[in-house]
Amino acid sequence: MTSVLSVSGLRKSYAGREVVSGVSFTLAPGQCYGLLGPNGAGKTTTLRCCLGLSAPDSGVIELLGEPVPARAREARMKVGVVPQFDNLDPDFSVAENLRVFGRYFGISDAETRRRIPDLLDFAGLAGKEDARLATLSGGMKRRLTLARALVNDPDLLLLDEPTTGLDPQARHLIWERLKRLLQQGKTILLTTHFMDEAERLCHRLAILDAGRIVADGPPRELIAANIEPQVVEIYGEDAANWAREVGQPLARRIEVSGETAFCYVAAEQVIPLLDHLGGYPALRTLHRPANLEDVFLKLTGRELRD
Amino acid sequence: MHGLYALPSFSWRAIAVWRRNFLVWRKLAIPSVLGNLADPMIYLFGLGYGLGSLLPASLAALGGVSYIVFLASGTVCASTMNAASFEALYSGFSRMHVQKTWEAILNAPVALDDVLAGEWLWAASKATLSGLAIMLVIAALGFVSSPLALWAIPLVFLTGLSFAALGLIVTALAPSYDFFMYYFTLFLTPMVLLCGVFFPVEQLPSALQSVASQLPLAHAVRLVRPLLLGEWPADAGFHLAALLITALAAYWLALMLTRRRLLK
Repeated sequence: MTSVLSVSGLRKSYAGREVVSGVSFTLAPGQCYGLLGPNGAGKTTTLRCCLGLSAPDSGVIELLGEPVPARAREARMKVGVVPQFDNLDPDFSVAENLRVFGRYFGISDAETRRRIPDLLDFAGLAGKEDARLATLSGGMKRRLTLARALVNDPDLLLLDEPTTGLDPQARHLIWERLKRLLQQGKTILLTTHFMDEAERLCHRLAILDAGRIVADGPPRELIAANIEPQVVEIYGEDAANWAREVGQPLARRIEVSGETAFCYVAAEQVIPLLDHLGGYPALRTLHRPANLEDVFLKLTGRELRD
Repeated sequence: MHGLYALPSFSWRAIAVWRRNFLVWRKLAIPSVLGNLADPMIYLFGLGYGLGSLLPASLAALGGVSYIVFLASGTVCASTMNAASFEALYSGFSRMHVQKTWEAILNAPVALDDVLAGEWLWAASKATLSGLAIMLVIAALGFVSSPLALWAIPLVFLTGLSFAALGLIVTALAPSYDFFMYYFTLFLTPMVLLCGVFFPVEQLPSALQSVASQLPLAHAVRLVRPLLLGEWPADAGFHLAALLITALAAYWLALMLTRRRLLK
């Protein structure tokens, strides 16, 4: 098996509106691949098609060597899924959630019982076997969902916005666990709209917008290829005026959003620009290297997606 | 993957879904059984003794038994119908739409056909427990005397399968819990009142009679009542076939509608 998951030419419409318009990507074993995109870009639909829960209008999907959707059920034997919204069983204890889920894979209760201590240990929930779901925090529920996705010892994990709604401590813990899973040789497909998450975890990522992949590659390369290397952010009531009247020649590109002007500049333009701005004491400035978020906003635009 | 209209498929994985629901039920078994018993018992004793005392001790129209004995067998059927409907509607909708339990299960190697089969069998099983609990109470009160009554148990299960399948159709179409009120008001309540639970269907005007006697609850009552009274039902094959066809056709329709809703 050369790829864990390969998707080619995937298209899917709902009610006459195409939400996925020819998406192709391949996951190599041991890789963490990120699908980034604003709301409605087609990330979740792509995942549903990969799992065989939604039949594509066209395109070819192969998941762990099985054609999808034809043999999706067989393929799912070795896949773990962390969905976007928690769907743990609120009527069950922590251990019962894992035991009942194991049965869906045909795993005996005895076998799941044997695995539970390790799974809970991994999820930072050791000793919580008998805890009721209502007593768990949001972060703990998320970690239990991750443990549940591992109950069948999957080769591939599909994570749909795994840290949305979590506090920074809880997010960092999830990231640390996901890195550990990668070290163990698991393959991960992740959707997110957190750029720091994608930059930290993904070996390779694709930016999805309006159902198309608009860029893909390793995070550093995406930044190098798609955006000027340095950014100077300028804040203040006059920032927009400054950008319109005098700023343009000092930067390669300026984007204005409200009272902030984002100046995208080459390395050698930074010092002259900052010197120039010294003459405008009402404007505050922040200089930083360009990041994935800049690429994302450049490629997908700044307007809201709801 | 199945086409939308493919015949239902069954696999052993449906059992895992059934066991999931059974485990939830087991945690609340005693209040659940008592709760399911209270309502029909109040009807049975209130109407059976209250209304029954206005009637002669034995009426030919009731098959020569007292009103409470007549009503008891109807109550078994009505409460089986209610238990199956509540499970397929409210609990089913909660697992499909609110808690997203089905979504979680579908990420495992379980097909939607298995999920729905598990839900169907579970709702019928729970309805059987409900019908059985009432049969035990009325047997203890001496309203059941013949061993023929044991044949009522599989028929109660079949009644449960029919109403569970009908309920799953409504669940597949429901935008919210409020939708179920239409089903209760327009379908279930008229059936309880017209299908021979409280009085023989023959008491109705003939036009109404011919409609009422085609409804699924009427077939269930025609089968279960004679057995509880110690006789073989008349036209048993016809009523059995009617219930069986209702159960299978409704299940298939429910499955098609659920596939359309969830496997978009």
